[in-house]
Amino acid sequence: MKIKVKLIFALLCVAFVIYSLSIYLVPIRKHLNSAPNATLASKGRLVWQDYNCESCHQLYGLGGYMGPDLTNIYSCKGKGPIYIKALVKSGTGLMPPFHLTEEEETNLLHFLRSTDESGSADPRNFTINALGMIEKK
Amino acid sequence: MSFKQLNSGKLFLASSLVMLFFGLIMGSLASLSYVLPNYLKDTIGFVSLRPMHVSSVLFWIILGASGCIYSGLEYVSEQKPSKTLATIQWALWLVAIVGIFYSYFTKQFGGREYWEFNPIWALPIIGAWVVFLFNFFRCTRVLKKWPVYMWMWMTGMIFFLFTFIENYLWVFPYFRTHFITDMTIQWKVNGSLVGSWNQIIYGTAFFLMDRISGNKKAGFSKLAFGMYFLGLFNLMFNWGHHIYTLPTLPYVRYMGYGVSMTEWIIFARIFYTWRVSVSDVQKHYHYFPFRFLFAADAWVFFNLGQALLMSIPAINIYTHGTHVTVAHAMGTTIGINSMILLAACFEFFSGKCSSFNKANVGLSIAFWGAQVSLFAFWIALNAAGIKKGIWQMASVQIPYGKMMQSLHPYFVVFAIAGFFLLISITILVFVLLRSYVRCELRSVNEINAPLPNSITSSTIKL
Ligand code: HEC
Repeated sequence: MKIKVKLIFALLCVAFVIYSLSIYLVPIRKHLNSAPNATLASKGRLVWQDYNCESCHQLYGLGGYMGPDLTNIYSCKGKGPIYIKALVKSGTGLMPPFHLTEEEETNLLHFLRSTDESGSADPRNFTINALGMIEKK
Repeated sequence: MSFKQLNSGKLFLASSLVMLFFGLIMGSLASLSYVLPNYLKDTIGFVSLRPMHVSSVLFWIILGASGCIYSGLEYVSEQKPSKTLATIQWALWLVAIVGIFYSYFTKQFGGREYWEFNPIWALPIIGAWVVFLFNFFRCTRVLKKWPVYMWMWMTGMIFFLFTFIENYLWVFPYFRTHFITDMTIQWKVNGSLVGSWNQIIYGTAFFLMDRISGNKKAGFSKLAFGMYFLGLFNLMFNWGHHIYTLPTLPYVRYMGYGVSMTEWIIFARIFYTWRVSVSDVQKHYHYFPFRFLFAADAWVFFNLGQALLMSIPAINIYTHGTHVTVAHAMGTTIGINSMILLAACFEFFSGKCSSFNKANVGLSIAFWGAQVSLFAFWIALNAAGIKKGIWQMASVQIPYGKMMQSLHPYFVVFAIAGFFLLISITILVFVLLRSYVRCELRSVNEINAPLPNSITSSTIKL
């Protein structure tokens, strides 16, 4: 019994390592080019973290729940970069104002542009298939 | 108290209780942000209160889990864990916690959700965990045959370390420049981290059941190991259920969905088999541990049921990104994890010097206060979440701010229930910490006093 337990444990661990690697290597395996201005966007990701926007906002529905999802705010009708800049500076009823440097602001906007270009987070854009899985419309 | 008399398990448990208390205070303060406009906005604000709350309660769970392993090892292993190593581990945690709260107070974030602190403070946590693993293997390698809970402890410890390090892959630009892969890994991590501490805590529940029922065989049964492997399988592969809407590769989503569905068989069985074998005498001697385990059992029923439904993508599309998810997180961390940890604290802290029995009305009131307020808390969050879910899917939407305003009554119930939860759990924490200070820190004679009806290491044959 003991040997069997060790064996099953080891096999599961091997499967886990393979699965993990397959995920880390997706960009290489799929020859994904990073988005234009990816370096700036990746710096913008750090701005997003430095100011803890995630405590109130979501990306693809993941994050804090006090404020709205911002995945597609960049291309949202009537909103977009100028609106984002203004809002971050002024804050709102529940959101405090943030004082970003110009560079941080630019990088953050590149980041929000890259989230927007990665897909749509609106749950209304999905249909349900026969297995109960959701698929992009 | 001298170093020789220090009990590592109780030191970790007592420290974890302090974190719990702090976390509850921060949680209550943070919840007010949902009801009072402009609340503390210009000073500390939700942006700091939320991570303070989350980190404190995470540390309650993680330090508590560590304390349970140390306390358990005292009973099951002839080779005792090293106190020096345990103290080094504890000191590393202390450094990390001080650094992390300094980071929050001064708004120097930089980390990700649940670990928002400046990443430098992850280093002492990793250090503490390496010391912990070393101490664990040092004293368990002499044991020939491991009961299932030892496997669960080991698994939880190893996977916590692996996943916690994986949690910082974003430091490398390769990951950050591929947003979708980065998000996939972030939620792979979050799923597996929860799975890791669940292994430790469910392992502890198993250990406690063993002690309470006196049934040593259960920990070696095929069924127990079957359930353990199912749990491990889920820890490794079910996390895709967090990211159904993320445009990641389809196999990740199908894997998450398929594996999650295997959880339907997980827990009910184990709990069912041990409960029937506990006699009244045993229940009497382990009154509060038994009650808290029983409460955890009830919460498993609600939360596992909810979690399973939420893992079906067709339902998840409604609940994702809403307070239903928060309800699920609170239900599992408070209802299941915390109840099991409290059961463990009552079990390990009781001795000649302090016994927590049925006659203690204050404790009973606090116990029920916690259950009832948690239930109200859970319902309020679910109701708010369902309402938001319907809004989210509506073809014509009222503005976000208006929708949030319409949830105000639920948030009021949530904040009030949270306050009562704070009071109830504070009573429990206070009683436990008082007993720790009286029995451990002050009274030398009581150290290692046998527990009532206890099974000492010499009577355990493994
Ligand atoms: C304390 C919580 C909180 C934090 C932290 C926070 N926000 Fe907000 N944010 C909100 C809330 C709440 C709203 C919605 C305001 C409303 O509807 O009145 C909002 C709205 C927004 C909007 C407008 C969304 C829309 O659809 O109109 C943007 C853009 C935004 N926030 C960006 C940010 C950025 C960038 C950060 C980090 C630098 C951030 N927020 C941090 C709470 C927060």
